[in-house]
Amino acid sequence: MYETNYHRASSIQEAVQMMGAAAEGKYVSGGMTLIPTMRLRLAAPSDLVDLRHITELKGIAVDGRSVRIGAAATHEEVATSAELGAVCPAVCDLAGHIGDPAVRHMGTIGGSIANNDPAADYPAAMLAVDAVIVTDRREIKAGDFFTDLFETALEEGEIITAVRFDAPAKAAYQKFANPASRYAMTGVFVARRNDGEVRVAVTGAGSNGVFRHQGLEAALSANWSPDAVANVAVDASDLLTDLHASAAYRANLVKVMTKRAVAAA
Amino acid sequence: MGVDGIGARVARKEDRRFLTGKGRYTDDMSVPGMKYAVFVRSPHAHATITGIDATAARAMPGVIDVLDGKQLLADGIGNLICGWMIHSKDGSPMKMGAWRPLADKTVRYVGDAVAIVVADSVAEARDAAEAVVVDYDLLPAVTDPLQTLADGEPQLHPEAPNNLIFDWELGDAAAVDRALAAAAHVTELKIYNNRLAPNPMEPRATLGIYDAGDDHYTCYTTSQNPHLARLVMSAFYNVAPENKLRVIAPDVGGGFGSKIYIYPEEIVCLWASKRTGVPVKWTCDRTEAFLTDAHGRDHVSTVKMAFDAGHRITALKVDTIANLGAYMSLFSSCVPTYLYATLLSGQYDIPAIHANVRTIYTNTVPVDAYRGAGRPEATYLLERTMETAARELGMSPAELRRTNFIRSFPHQTPVIMNYDAGDYEASLNAAMTAADWNGFAARKAEAEGRGMKRGIGMSCYIEACGLAPSAAVGSLGAGVGLWESAEVKVNMAGTIEVMTGSHSHGQGHETTFAQLVADRLGLPIDSINIVHGDTDKVQMGMGTYGSRSGAVGMSALAKALDKVEAKAKKIAAHLMEADESDVVIEDGALKVAGTDKSVPWFQMALAAYTAHNLPPGLEPGLKESAFYDPANFTFPAGCYICEVEIDPETGRTQIVQFVAADDFGNIINPMIVEGQVHGGLAQGIGQALLEGVRYDDSGQLLTASYLDYAMPRADDVPSFTVSTSNTPCPNNPLGVKGCGEAGAIGSPPALINAITDAIGNNQLTMPATPEKVWAAAQPAH
Amino acid sequence: MAKVTMTVNGRQVSGVCDDRTLLVHFIRENLGLTGTHVGCDTSQCGACVVHMDGQSVKSCSILAAQAASSAITTIEGLAQNGELHPVQAAFKAHHGLQCGFCTPGMVMTAVDMIRRHGSNLDEATVRFELEGNICRCTGYHNIVKAILGAAQEMGGARQAAE
Repeated sequence: MYETNYHRASSIQEAVQMMGAAAEGKYVSGGMTLIPTMRLRLAAPSDLVDLRHITELKGIAVDGRSVRIGAAATHEEVATSAELGAVCPAVCDLAGHIGDPAVRHMGTIGGSIANNDPAADYPAAMLAVDAVIVTDRREIKAGDFFTDLFETALEEGEIITAVRFDAPAKAAYQKFANPASRYAMTGVFVARRNDGEVRVAVTGAGSNGVFRHQGLEAALSANWSPDAVANVAVDASDLLTDLHASAAYRANLVKVMTKRAVAAA
Repeated sequence: MGVDGIGARVARKEDRRFLTGKGRYTDDMSVPGMKYAVFVRSPHAHATITGIDATAARAMPGVIDVLDGKQLLADGIGNLICGWMIHSKDGSPMKMGAWRPLADKTVRYVGDAVAIVVADSVAEARDAAEAVVVDYDLLPAVTDPLQTLADGEPQLHPEAPNNLIFDWELGDAAAVDRALAAAAHVTELKIYNNRLAPNPMEPRATLGIYDAGDDHYTCYTTSQNPHLARLVMSAFYNVAPENKLRVIAPDVGGGFGSKIYIYPEEIVCLWASKRTGVPVKWTCDRTEAFLTDAHGRDHVSTVKMAFDAGHRITALKVDTIANLGAYMSLFSSCVPTYLYATLLSGQYDIPAIHANVRTIYTNTVPVDAYRGAGRPEATYLLERTMETAARELGMSPAELRRTNFIRSFPHQTPVIMNYDAGDYEASLNAAMTAADWNGFAARKAEAEGRGMKRGIGMSCYIEACGLAPSAAVGSLGAGVGLWESAEVKVNMAGTIEVMTGSHSHGQGHETTFAQLVADRLGLPIDSINIVHGDTDKVQMGMGTYGSRSGAVGMSALAKALDKVEAKAKKIAAHLMEADESDVVIEDGALKVAGTDKSVPWFQMALAAYTAHNLPPGLEPGLKESAFYDPANFTFPAGCYICEVEIDPETGRTQIVQFVAADDFGNIINPMIVEGQVHGGLAQGIGQALLEGVRYDDSGQLLTASYLDYAMPRADDVPSFTVSTSNTPCPNNPLGVKGCGEAGAIGSPPALINAITDAIGNNQLTMPATPEKVWAAAQPAH
Repeated sequence: MAKVTMTVNGRQVSGVCDDRTLLVHFIRENLGLTGTHVGCDTSQCGACVVHMDGQSVKSCSILAAQAASSAITTIEGLAQNGELHPVQAAFKAHHGLQCGFCTPGMVMTAVDMIRRHGSNLDEATVRFELEGNICRCTGYHNIVKAILGAAQEMGGARQAAE
């Protein structure tokens, strides 16, 4: 790891100030991606501003079907939240399958979303439940937030403070894990609103990161059934081929995971 | 059998320190003034070094020095060597290219060491290593073993035209060709044995300490064989003479073969300690381990197996290309030859066998022995072929094997080995019963109802352990003898210290060796200490690999115990005024049989050292040593059965049961033996399902971390069903055979046989990733 | 450089280290507690697992500075008064370790697992929750047995105490 300067913020305001004073700073929350990346010398922030001790970023609140998850909520907290589990167990289930228990104790939803790893789980959920990403300065629709591989709409120094969404009527996440890293080789989050609108968000498979699949959404909006997936074409040309899987295989997984998610929802 | 004796499930003596964080591994060592090393490594697979400029690096904070290959050469440090001479079939010796501990002219794989940086901290050393400027002229690289022999391909070593190291054969080619021509059926197969990274969880580490006052070196290192490391570093690398070099392998966190070899880093850290005047510690990180630890396997073979009309095998013909990487590692030459082709008879009575093996250089990490070493390659080839033949012949796989089993012993195979004992049918029957083989059809039908494809596969393996009769291996090219030594020191008040040349890096020697002593002397196990891993403490040793510690190391201990008992009886007989032939040792005392006369063990020991009343002419003291050279290899064998369910939509394989029935001869500690089998099975499952080293065409390693190299995790493997049968080994005093590698040897073909059975497609290579299985399971177009 | 103060195994400790120093290196090198190991560079092997404020974490993926003011328990802090913790004892009884290198992380993960699941653990859950701990020696068979055994015993002991 290269030299860096660590700062611990106790408020959002202080964090923004610290970041403003840094040459090339980065926020760190759980650090479960950032610290290993720095360790491999693939990232070299001059300063780290630690958000983990900011009270305003914590907590999960559910009001009716309206959900607010603080950015510093750990995967473990999300996975085991009884309030959230009562209205949207799919998100709890997703969080409970990120990394491993030790990672879930540190990693946070805000950190995961801000990093926008193309194989991360949360971005799929955010897109599928049409979440709003709340920052210290504005609110961003999930559809506008995830812009490219490891890229988001966040501006310099902007801090995610929470995510908000209305719990869908039905939802589920199915992940086919990369046998080595256990990140999603393909993960599909399906969500169906009360009005029948269906969203299908895919992670791990796209060449450009998380995406929604219009064909699957149309088919499932018309017929909310695992069988509805069978005749949808998933175009492999936009999908990723890497050491672990071809685009054609991932295209198959998109359909299979979608079908299973619908069955599980 | 006593509570702590042979055959008892004794909980391990060494566990407490590991469970409480008190293990002492090499990276845990710290000595005053110690500094930290980081190696500058080649980022290119093949290049000429045109210049190294360390000026900026030397000026960085905390840097003690930066040293390179020219300085190493000037100080007379020698090349790394392969210690087993193989001759090609034309009589020419193997073509060994030079391997410099620090490359001075040419780098030949990504990770080849170029310079060492010594600094106050690892972080500072790494900062400085990035500032060392190495100028390279890039050369074309070759990584594909099938491509490397062709004309016009990049040449790695001037000594080896077309990158061919040797072209070796074993067996009677003419007899095999005659049998193939006359066969009622010939099964042909192409076999890939995937390249693996050993991945002991403790990365390699070394601490080199030069003491200028005594002109003496101490090397703490992650070694499976510290004496061998000392010999090689002295005799070949010219680090220091043996009497000026102490090698200590303290607690070592797994080896699986990869810690047999002497790597550049040990040599360079010792040398750097003298050059810099400070102790130098280097600890490998995981990426560096993938880049530099010797890999395993990497064979491509074609096989033809001939059958007569009665389905008896009449001949086996094998042609293998074995990729040895960029340089010849210490034992790399014997793995695809004498540890491989000699096992091609398997458990079967095969009248004629011929194997041709070509070993080749590529711009990849050197390849050497990895758990099983040659025997997994032989077993995979044979057992995939047997399963394929059974399918072609329309026979049950068990029946085809039964038809061909060797049933009388000793049995001379056509490929050198003389099997001493075994009962292959017993293992087969035990495994089939445990797996409820006959109930499979019903289970398959039930699985089909759930949309799952269920398959079952078996593998009958044999291996050769207890390496090895020294004269025999010497005649085959080995540069060393493969005996073992032990020393038993009875302390003045009767407690025991055993110094063994075997090395434990997970095998539990501190317990099993003590069990043997407890069994023989009737002493509590807590009064027995096993000392290993230090050339200053242990007289001599050849270390632990090839499942040799029981058959060879403990046999040496048994021999030393014979001498201790003989002298103890003399002393006790004298004390009791009895005839020594009437003295027996039991329950911690020496007794005159048939009388109530008895001398407690501790009292006899005290008498040996007070020497007030010893038989005339007897030396005081009670300490005996022995060297044991085995009379033959040992031949563990068994049958493994794997049952899988394949999710046809994703190709995901779930192992629903894995049964192992092994014949290891006599067993010292069943709990430890079962643990060895479990671990071996997981490694074999890893090879078959998950693991595979991948390079790109330019020689970059694509699988350089656990993000890309799939290690078996707890949810990849099932709980195992293991059992043992016993035909004692007639060739060593304990009747033991060895159990450390069997699991890794026998399991891959059982698993691939099961998957191919499930999907109805025999074309599948390891690792059988979900995508490969999914593709192979698609209905034929 | 940072001055870092934390509670380790019940004792308050301080040390000066680079801001870039990982918690695992602070524990091993500043405090001399070498039971916590480093087996990979990518936060996957789990040899470095310790407890921070009562929860399992990977000390190779946390800066010492991030852990300042927290309470850390390492493998050295588990046994009390010379008595092995029930999880340690179960690993010994079930032969849940061979080379011992992954063992500290395995044990710390297992203690945390039992804390969260109590005696309700089943084999599938244990195997799922061991995703972040790699062992190359045991094939996991006896590790799983040891964790299930310890969970039962600790559950039983808790019941007996109630």
